[in-house]
Amino acid sequence: MDQVLEYTPIIISGTITTIELTVASAIVALIIAFTVGLSRFSRFAAVRVAAVIYLEFFRGTSAIVQMFFMFYVLPLLGIHLSPLLAGIIACGFNLGSYGSEVVRGAIQAVPRTQHEAATALNYTSYQKFRYILLPQAIPVMIPTFGNLLIELLKLTAVASLITISDLTFMAQIIRVQTALTLEPFLVIMVIYFVIASCLVAITDFIAKKIAKGRNLTIRKGI
Amino acid sequence: MSRIIEFQNVSKAYGDLQVLKHLDMHVEAGEKLALIGPSGSGKTTILRILMTLETINSGHVMVEGDYLWHQKVNDELVPASEKHLRKMRENIGMVFQQFNLFPHLTAIANIEQPQILIKGVDKSDATNKARELLALVGLEEKENHYPHQLSGGQQQRVAIARALAMDPKIMLFDEVTSALDPELVEEVLNVLRLLAETSDTTMLTVTHEMNFARDFADRVLFFEKGQIVESGPPNEIFKNPKEERTRNFLRQIIGEIP
Ligand SMILES: Nc1ncnc2c1ncn2[C@@H]1O[C@H](COP(=O)(O)OP(=O)(O)O)[C@@H](O)[C@H]1O
Ligand SMILES: [Mg+2]
Repeated sequence: MDQVLEYTPIIISGTITTIELTVASAIVALIIAFTVGLSRFSRFAAVRVAAVIYLEFFRGTSAIVQMFFMFYVLPLLGIHLSPLLAGIIACGFNLGSYGSEVVRGAIQAVPRTQHEAATALNYTSYQKFRYILLPQAIPVMIPTFGNLLIELLKLTAVASLITISDLTFMAQIIRVQTALTLEPFLVIMVIYFVIASCLVAITDFIAKKIAKGRNLTIRKGI
Repeated sequence: MSRIIEFQNVSKAYGDLQVLKHLDMHVEAGEKLALIGPSGSGKTTILRILMTLETINSGHVMVEGDYLWHQKVNDELVPASEKHLRKMRENIGMVFQQFNLFPHLTAIANIEQPQILIKGVDKSDATNKARELLALVGLEEKENHYPHQLSGGQQQRVAIARALAMDPKIMLFDEVTSALDPELVEEVLNVLRLLAETSDTTMLTVTHEMNFARDFADRVLFFEKGQIVESGPPNEIFKNPKEERTRNFLRQIIGEIP
């Protein structure tokens, strides 16, 4: 164990990389999730079809293969991505496809009667989405987004395969250099678990904050 | 008086089920109309067609002298565009059986938001109007409550205020007390009675509350199987119905033989 402790600096650096990769991919995934998820409701058939193709492609193929594709195949086409960028895009696009289903499902779960009430008040379809459907759908999305975020964290471990120096990558280095196997992996497992627990706490916090607004008896200002 | 609503030979089917059959019906401006009849006779469908929530299969619906479900393009009648429907909807408001308040907004925000978004009213004017209407329906104390914090009767009164805030020329009420506990029915009906007396808005209400229909309506329409069986002032329909089918229905629902 003492031997592993000597490697504290690279474990910290790996932890930071893992967190960066997770946060950056999560932002990409969130943007994709809303773009693709909302496109499913477009009035243009081409947009809807494109969204379904995106979803089925990224959900239906392996994240590892997608990452290898971005890292090894794209350069052959003249597109060179840094390992980190390739990892962010692959993780973000992959999780974004799952996220888009969460967005679509939550919007579809708003009862038809809410659409009708909005129509009866003469809302445009945009106003209906923006002011009636999304505000009701977003709180429903958050717990599932929280689960996806944990999935994303776990997925980032795969990024070590394309030479990103994340936690898993660092554990491999320690293993090779010290011939210890149990210790480095035990350490990173604990770190992954701690990061995951923080992510859970953050999503719970956001979920509570949003839920609180609706149960407030006294409306603050507006 | 002028005809504000006119159904001309309107038919409507859901799949194989023919709900309205060549229906002709008209409503004068300012009239208070009660639609009664057995469940499944097409009363809700009529209101939903007027609210543009349900299309028609044939015939024409006129509102304020303009086609509701059609529009003229180069002298030809074509199905209405969303733009035309939006213009027509400015005239019409509806209150639903299940209230359908927006659960993420407080009572007052439910009334303010549509005014601000759709009518372009200033926030402060919208608030003032919302407060006036909440007072009218007896809920000025509850403005900051969310729908889930209100009883069914209170939610329905907020829904009525929300519809009124848009100043529609025509108000549609679809069995607005059917989802309420019996002890909450009167508080809502009293609001409607008040509106019937004080407002010159045209109102159509579907109801199974015959005592209320008597107070509320200038004219009662009895529907069966998508057709008007009988129409007349409440006194005639309730005291001296001409049609056997009307008599049977009233006998069932109020238990006395007119
Ligand atoms: N969306 C729908 N799809 C299929 N059938 C429907 C639909 N809406 C209503 N119906 C049927 O149409 C008939 C008339 O319904 P409705 O207008 O609701 O009658 P009422 O309000 O008089 O009870 C009923 O038989 C009902 O089951
Ligand atoms: Mg009905």
